[in-house]
Amino acid sequence: MHSFHEFLTMGGYAAYVWPAYAVGLVIFVGSAWLSRRGLRKAMSRAARRAQEVGK
Amino acid sequence: MFTWLHKLGSPPVLYRFAERAAPWCKWTAFALLAAGLVGGLILAPPDYQQGDGFRIIYIHVPSAIMSLFVFAYMAVASAVGLIWRLRMAHAVTAAAAPLGAAFTLLALITGSLWGKPMWGTFWVWDARLTSELILFFIYLGYMAVANAFPDQRTGDRAGAILALVGAIDVPIVHYSVQWWTTLHQGATLKLSGSNMPGSMLWPLLVMMVAFMFYFGWLLMIRLRAEILRREKRASWVMRLAAD
Repeated sequence: MHSFHEFLTMGGYAAYVWPAYAVGLVIFVGSAWLSRRGLRKAMSRAARRAQEVGK
Repeated sequence: MFTWLHKLGSPPVLYRFAERAAPWCKWTAFALLAAGLVGGLILAPPDYQQGDGFRIIYIHVPSAIMSLFVFAYMAVASAVGLIWRLRMAHAVTAAAAPLGAAFTLLALITGSLWGKPMWGTFWVWDARLTSELILFFIYLGYMAVANAFPDQRTGDRAGAILALVGAIDVPIVHYSVQWWTTLHQGATLKLSGSNMPGSMLWPLLVMMVAFMFYFGWLLMIRLRAEILRREKRASWVMRLAAD
């Protein structure tokens, strides 16, 4: 890599390299979001259950 | 080692282990991802044949390796769960499946984006690409089957058998480039060493380890959710949730 311009255009392969990394970002962020949401949901369900049993 | 594994078979011990391991995995993954991306996208020189197009390798190869590794790991955990009737082994398998499917999808999409400029097509029905696509469907099949039964144990057993049978596809994907003629290039990394120069190679190795730790991080999170769901009647879950 010699210049910022070269970095952005990826030597003419920008149309393939950047979408590949964009899809990677989406899948990484998406799977983290879904996993953490799953844990939050499981936790709140367990809390509700604990409350019901406690009554 | 064996007593340690035996202890991890206990849901509360495994839960606490996952809770403690997650942040370590997370920060290791982020640090390695940052280093690997700088190394792969900026520091590594362009390839003499593929120019800068080869840089897709730093995301494609790690995700493809993870797609195989996660399934092999699921098959081993399933075997342990079936043979020793270890419930937590099934929890560990179920927690990994969606992550393996995500890596497989990423390997397919990035491979397709790499194929277009190098081969002139997004897709060919050759051995490597087709067997990897089948692997993706096996992951989806596992997830569907494991959740299809109202009884957890039936679903666990059916899923475990599917994981063991489906594992046949893992060596097929791996050796497909040797067994059949294909557009796909052969393995970049070999145990006997690689013909890649060091400046291109180290970011690839760093990215592979980063993907492994990222998987570890999300696996720990999914495993906790899985344990909470499975052990909802246990008193320790009640106490934990009440806080």
